[in-house]
This record gives sequence, structure tokens and C-alpha cells, in this order.
Amino acid sequence: MSIRVINEKCTGCKLCIKACPFAAIDVVKKKAVIAMDKCNLCGACIESCKFDAIVLTKISPSEIDFAKKIEQHKGVWVFCEQKNGVVQSVGYELLGKGRELADTLGVDLCGVLLGENIKAEAQKVIHRGANKVYIVDSPKLKHYQSEPYSKVLIKLIKEHKPEIVLCGATSIGRSLISRVAISIHAGLTADCTGLDIDKKERLLLQTRPAFGGNIMATIICPNHRPQMATVRHKVMKEAEVNNHHRGKIIESSFDDDTYSSRTNLLDVVEEIEETVNLTEADIIVSGGRGLQNPENFQLIEELAKVLGGAVGASRAAVDAGWKTYSHQVGQTGKTVCPKIYIACGISGQIQHLVGMQSSDVIVAINKDQHAPIFNVATYGIVGNLFEIVPELTKRFREVLKK
Amino acid sequence: MDYLLTEEQIMIRDLARQIAKEKIKPVAAQYDVEGTFPWDMVKVMADSDLFGIYVEEKYGGTGGGSMELVLAVEELSKACGGISLALAATALGTYPIMLFGTDEQKQKYLPDLAKGKKLAAFALTEAGAGSDAAAVATTAEKKGDHYVLNGTKQWITNGGEAEVYTVVASVDRKKGARGAACFIVEKGTPGFEFGKKEDKMGIRASATRELVFTDCKIPKENLLGKEGGGFIVAMKTFDQSRPGVAAQALGIAQGALDLTLDYVKERKQFGKAIASFQGVQFMLADIATEIEAARALIYATARMVDSGAKKIAKDSAIAKLFASDMAMKVTTDCVQLFGGYGYMRDYPIEKYMRDAKITQIYEGTNQIQRAIIASNLLKDRVS
Amino acid sequence: MNIIVCIKQVPDTTEVRIDPETNTLIRSGVECIINPFDMYAIEEGIRLKEKFGGKVSVVTMGPPQAEDALREAISLGADEAVLISDRAFAGSDTWATSYTLSKAVQKAGDYDLVICGKQAIDGDTAQVGPGISAHLDIPQVTYVKKIEEVDAEKRHMRVERMTEEGYEIIESPLPCLITVVKEINEPRLPSLKGKMRAKKAEIKKWGAKDLNVDPDLIGLNGSPTKVLKIFTPQPRGKGQILEGDAKEVSEKLVELLRSEVL
Repeated sequence: MSIRVINEKCTGCKLCIKACPFAAIDVVKKKAVIAMDKCNLCGACIESCKFDAIVLTKISPSEIDFAKKIEQHKGVWVFCEQKNGVVQSVGYELLGKGRELADTLGVDLCGVLLGENIKAEAQKVIHRGANKVYIVDSPKLKHYQSEPYSKVLIKLIKEHKPEIVLCGATSIGRSLISRVAISIHAGLTADCTGLDIDKKERLLLQTRPAFGGNIMATIICPNHRPQMATVRHKVMKEAEVNNHHRGKIIESSFDDDTYSSRTNLLDVVEEIEETVNLTEADIIVSGGRGLQNPENFQLIEELAKVLGGAVGASRAAVDAGWKTYSHQVGQTGKTVCPKIYIACGISGQIQHLVGMQSSDVIVAINKDQHAPIFNVATYGIVGNLFEIVPELTKRFREVLKK
Repeated sequence: MDYLLTEEQIMIRDLARQIAKEKIKPVAAQYDVEGTFPWDMVKVMADSDLFGIYVEEKYGGTGGGSMELVLAVEELSKACGGISLALAATALGTYPIMLFGTDEQKQKYLPDLAKGKKLAAFALTEAGAGSDAAAVATTAEKKGDHYVLNGTKQWITNGGEAEVYTVVASVDRKKGARGAACFIVEKGTPGFEFGKKEDKMGIRASATRELVFTDCKIPKENLLGKEGGGFIVAMKTFDQSRPGVAAQALGIAQGALDLTLDYVKERKQFGKAIASFQGVQFMLADIATEIEAARALIYATARMVDSGAKKIAKDSAIAKLFASDMAMKVTTDCVQLFGGYGYMRDYPIEKYMRDAKITQIYEGTNQIQRAIIASNLLKDRVS
Repeated sequence: MNIIVCIKQVPDTTEVRIDPETNTLIRSGVECIINPFDMYAIEEGIRLKEKFGGKVSVVTMGPPQAEDALREAISLGADEAVLISDRAFAGSDTWATSYTLSKAVQKAGDYDLVICGKQAIDGDTAQVGPGISAHLDIPQVTYVKKIEEVDAEKRHMRVERMTEEGYEIIESPLPCLITVVKEINEPRLPSLKGKMRAKKAEIKKWGAKDLNVDPDLIGLNGSPTKVLKIFTPQPRGKGQILEGDAKEVSEKLVELLRSEVL
């Protein structure tokens, strides 16, 4: 791809400068000049130009040659991550989206399942809509390790040539799929919040937030296959279970070298948390500096308990030592998107907002009416959280009869 | 205003500013409430080499002087006038060694102090010898290879926390001021104990204690300067250190103004931010003007001290006097601008007012500063 | 122990604001900082050096001004710094970036450990760390929250890797690559002597020729992904402020949430 300014058409009006999200354009002697070290070829300037003075050439002739090979790739794959022999729900969410994509393309939806004694789980993947499930069953694959998992997945992809591979943006998925994409020179887009198909070009349109959700970018992968994307947990809706759905289980096995790992998993430690995993939770109640001391987190915990939700914390509360880091929501903590996020005594610094602003409903309780948290709140309450939170807990308890 | 700082001075200022913002500010209120000694902040400052900024390179410092110390203390004091004192009071306790120590004494003590491995304290004040420093009642009796110290020092900053103390005691009480001498006393010396920690109005993160000497034997090598020269050591030390106190006052005032500027833009009354009212604007303008005047005076004084000027008593007294009176007035006005919230301990501004007060009192009350200024004025006029 | 830390200079998102009128990012005057997660990587590298000796080299790929990030790393205690900068690298996606960085790591010499932050805060992909290890064909452990033990003689290390449920204890031979999370340490501030050293330090500058890279695998050419378009997300609709005393607002909120999602 390449971009250029047609000087004869350019009037030096500077509209493109305003439109460029990368500050790559300058007007020199009344002509737009694009700094290629900053330009991302996003095309925002092209839309802004009233004189059709900027052109983006999408595919160069040499790239078209290469693109021909793309024809050989068919099918949508979903890597179904398992832990303790159970397929994780993020896999079912991707099967839901994958089914749509496969139907649009008119191809098969395939699950990929690596682990030990996982045949029964493979059947569940079929019941969620997969036409085929590629399974590799070995004690060596019981727990995730980067090397054996990536080697197996690379071999499967090379053999069966899918056009799209989707994977959860989990601690396993992100570690695995990056390594795979590098090895097969595939394009990989992280943390997609939207996936769609450009029917004409048969391209996967991958939309993801950047700069902490302040801008959205749609990414394509025109000349490389498969097109790979990760999606965060809870972003897509789970595929429905259909016990009558039929599909094929295709089992492969590989030599010991493929299963070998230089790293060695010695132990798995599960930390007992008083409430559910933040990224899994449908409801999160979070506390910040406004709680004033660690004892007051009890108010948050009680409300979370009544709602069956998880407890989150702002960076200020974590830095003060009131809550452990595993509770931290925001840029240097966890990104969450529950159905309801209740922020208590959190002012809403941008670092916090980027971690929770995609929640369905945001409730903010803060004494300062100018706190930035109110800018993203669906419902805001200006007032004393020490009065409001216990009242809310009481009221929810009555309504939910807990 | 551009004070034409050197590259190195800008580095020191920026580093101290970063420490103040990222490390001290988040904990300042907590230390103020608890009144504990901020060892974790001392470590941060030490790891960043701040304790060596006024110490010669050959003794492990970075070779700066009064100006460097002023810049650091100002920045640190913006976040907490108490925590910054761990550094400023160490400088006060270290100056006697730097000014009057032999090479052996410097080799022995300065490297650890410059690295912030040890803190220092200066001990002059006693219950009966406050502004009248010549009335020191602590005695040092020479017995063979040793001096034996007896007496009690009062309100010693860094007392109990510091490892190295420079102590003024009388070797001959009959001679009054001319009978004093200054000694280096290490923590842990038998006969050297600490009294209770004082509960103070402000600078609560700083430790203030009594030092109690009971037949405390110290080797004669620990004498700084000569017998009878103790009062000179004290006066020369104060001449050097006063810009540091002035910088503490300056930082407190600037920190208060910074908070106030944020507040007046946020706080709405009569439907608009109170910053839009001219009455408020005029107060802000006056505050900023007074702060800048103090800064110019302090920097000029510090540079004069660093130039090796001999007669600095009057000018360093002027800087200390002006800056501390300014800080008291400015912090009071800032509390005023916060209105009722300013009086509440939930808000950080009242701490600045409490912290500012000490700068008018210690290292020579402002009345003593005026006396120094006046006596120098009249003396100069005669000659 | 020779450690290479790969860092990225990013805009400080705490400074990034949206222009309410044009609804675009206001980028002018936005300060650039070392990616916060990379600060933990630098700190861990320096701690390992302090314990086991050796040196810490910092590598970044970016425009010439990324040199500031390298000098900051030196002020914190890194020994050497390399800036990977060339117009030919412009437009690199994570594939091309990790390829280029892997070439730089190879050129930087013998290493026992490569450390990266878990992800950069501007792109949030978490792909470059694993990408570098794949190119170098060395073992990787992502999301490391603690280095339990390093046996420099037997050349292996044992680390704790953070997962959604807790953590795993993993042993890896050296050389390997780890990506680190915030929990691993608390980064120090620079020292004055460090800052003075950083000012004078020589920053190596390597371009495409120095790295001996395949021109088809760098920059836009080497990047399988392309940005099709960029747009600002739909702003959240203006919320509703609930009025009344604690009891009233609680009742209102419970009603609203009940009908919407409970």
C-alpha cells in the first residue's frame, strides 16, 4: 500500500492536518506533505479531502501475485482454550462469532482443542456450532506451555490452511497466538471488539480500540493468510448449545519433538479470592481513594456480595495498599467489561476509564460533581458514598431477597 | 522567571520535583497524621543521590553547594515541609564538619552522609538557651584523651533518627560564648540517650527530640575546630544553612499556591468558578508576586554563599526572614481562599499553614534574624 | 548476566485528551514517556544485574526522539542503549517490529535474558514480546510477576507467571525471554549520578543496513496487517444524574438497574 498527495489538486486547505490522527501531515508551501514515518495509511485524510487530492493505492502488483495463494486458505478456526480439561467460555463466545463469519463466507467453522482426555469436550464444541474439531490429545498438552502448543498449532494451520483463526485474548491466548503468527508470517490483531467480513474482498474486518479506547481502528490483513485475531473475554456472545448439531472430530498426533518444551511447568497455584474473577464478573463494584481507608472497603464488598459481583479497585486504592493488585481496574491493571460497573469514590482518571468504559452500564457515586467519572456514567449519584452505598446494599438485598 | 540554572541544577530540580510528586505527595498526609519518621522517603532521596548535592565530590557528593540544596529543598517542600527536613536538617548537621572538620573527620563522616546512609543533626538549643545561644549549659570537660559531655539539648531536628550529631557544649562556662566548642557525637555512644519525641503543630513527619548526655565520653579527635570556637561554628553554620530554611518556606508557599490554583478553578460559587472573581484573582497575584520575590532573594543569597563570600550573615538572615514571613502569610491566604474547606483537615491546605509556622521560629527566630540584620546594618554604617 | 530490555516510547495517555468539538485526539503537547510496563522490565533488569553482575542493554525502535527514553533508562541504571531508527521501519506492525527488534537483540551480542513489558499502553497488543522470542527461537514466559530464582551457572531460572486464576511456577533455561507485569517490582526513580551519566552516554544508532534485515520483512512491506480506517468511538450518551437523599437515589437506581439488566 502507498499514499500520495496529488499536488495539482491540493489547495493547502489544511483539512487533512486536522483529520490525521497521527499528526503525520504538514502543509509546506501550500501543499500537503505526508511524513511517512508517522503515517499509518489509515486514510482518514482521504475522507477529509474535498478535492480528492490524496490517493491511497491499496495493493501493489507484486502483492497481488502473493495474494493468489490466499485462495488455498479456507475455513474459520477458533482456538478453544481449555483449563483443567474444560473448554473456557471465551472459546464458546468465539464460536458464536465464528459461526457468523463462516456463514457469511460460506465455509466451515472449526474448533481446535489441545489437551489431555478432551474428546468429550470436543463434542461440546460441536454442539456450539462447529462443523469440525481438530483435536490433539496428549499428556504433554495437559497444561498450556508456549512451545508445544505453538508448534502443534503451527503444524495444524500449515496442514489445513484456514483463512481465519480466532483466539481468546487471555493470558494463554495472547502468549500462544503471537508466537504462532510470527512463525507463519500471518497478520494478527489483538483485542478486537468487532469482527466482520468484507464480502467482496473476502477480508476479515477487525476493529479494535487503540490509545486506551480513545480511537478505534479497523485492521485488515490483505495479503497474508490466515487472518488472525484475538478477542477479549465477554466481548462476544456465547454460541447457543444445540445438542443435535453434528460435526466431525479430527484427531491428530505428532512426534515427541513437537510436544517438547524447553520451559517446564512446575506448579499451578490458584489464589483464593474472596469474590469471583474480575474479568469473568457480570457485575463489578469498585472502590477508590474516596473510601479513605482500607476498612471502608467492607462497604464495597458487602454490595458486591449482595449483587453476586466482584470487587474492583482504582490504582490509587491499590497503591495505598487497601486492595491487592489483582483487584486493580485500569490501564496498568485489568480491563473489564461487565454488565454493571459501580464506581464508588473513584474520580475517574483516564487510566481508570480506559479499563472500564466499555461496561454496559456504569454507575458512579462520588461527592465531587465535577469528577470525570460522571462523563462516562450511565447513572451518576453526587453525594456521600458512606450513606449511599449501605443504602444501596440494603435496597438490593430486599429486592433480590438475599 | 528564568534563573539561568546550570544543566546540573536543572537535573537536581527536576529530580527533586519528580520525587516530590511521585513519592512524597501520596504519603504526606499520612505522615502528618501519624507523625512517624519517613524512612522510606529518606531511602528514595538517598538512592537518588540528593543527600550528596552539597558535598564535595572527593567525599562522595556531587560537588554542588547551597544553591543545589536550596533547589532540592524547595521542590521537596512543595509536597511536604516535614519530609524535606530529613535532608535539610542533615545538611545543617553536616555543615559544621564541612566547614571546620579536618580531612580525617571529613573522610570518616562525609561519605556516609553524602550517600544518605546516615543522617545528621545539629544540636545547639537547650531549655535555657534558645535565642540566647551563648547561654549553653551543656558542658564538655576534658579528661585525658576524652571529653565528657553532660547536659540536655532540646528540640533537635532528626534527633533519635540521625547517626551523627554535631553538638555545641561549653568547655568553660565562665567564658560564655567564647567558652563553647563543637563536637561530633555518634549515636550509640554510652551516656548519650534520647528524650521523648515531641508532638508538634506542623512538620510532623520530622522527628524532634531531646538529646541527653550523662557522663558521655567522646574521643578528643571529635572536637570540631578548636576549644572556644563553638559559637563561631554555630554562627557560620547558620549563615550557610539559612538559605535552606528559606527554601523550605519557599517550597511550602509554592506548594500551597499550586493546590489553591487547582481549587479556585474547580470551586464554583454564584454559578461560576471562584477564580473568575477579581477579589480572588488579586489575592492570587499578590501571593505569586511575594513567592517570586522570595525565590529571587533566596537564589541570589545561595549563589553568593557558593561564591565563597565571607560576609553573608546579614544577607542570609534577610533571605530567611523574608521567606518565612512570606510563607506564613501566603499559606494563611491560601487557607482563606479554600474557605471553610481550608479549615478542614480532610483538605491538604491547612497542613501547609501549620508547616509554615516553624520556619519563622527555628534556626534563629525571625526576631533574632532582625537583630542580626540590624546589627550588621549599624556596624556597616559606622565603618 | 547480560540482559537486554526492549522498551517503547509512548504518548502519556494520562495527557491525551479528546477535542470535544472535533472529537479527535489532541496530540500536541502530549508528553512522551517510557511505556509504564517497560519501566518494570528495566527495573527487573537492573535488579538482576545488581545481584549477578553483567550488564543491562536497552533497545528501542522508534523515531529519533525515542533517544530520550533510552537516556532515561540509563539514568535508572542501564549500561548501554541502542536506538533502532530508520525510515525503512516506518509502518511496522507487530510482526515487522518483533522481527526488527529480534535482529537488534542478535546484533547486541551475547545475552542471557530478554525482558519486555507485558504490553505497550498505546497499542495494547502484548504481541511484540512473544514475537521477539519466536523470531529468536528462544523459550518465552509471559506475564511474569516474580523471578524466584536464577541459577547463573546452570543457566536456568524459575519464575512465577500470572494467570487469570493465580499463578504458575515455570522453569526455563537461559537464554529466554520474559514479559513482566506491574506486580514484579516497584521501579526506582533515577539518581542524580545516573542522570549525569545519561546525559553524556553514547547511544548506538542502528538502521536497516546495520541490522542486516530482509527488506521484504520490515516496515510496511513486512507487516501483514494494515490499518483500513481510524475513527472515534461513539461517545457514551450523556448519563443521567439521580437526585435525592441516599434512600431516594438508592431506590431509583435499584429500579433502573432491575429493569435494565438484573
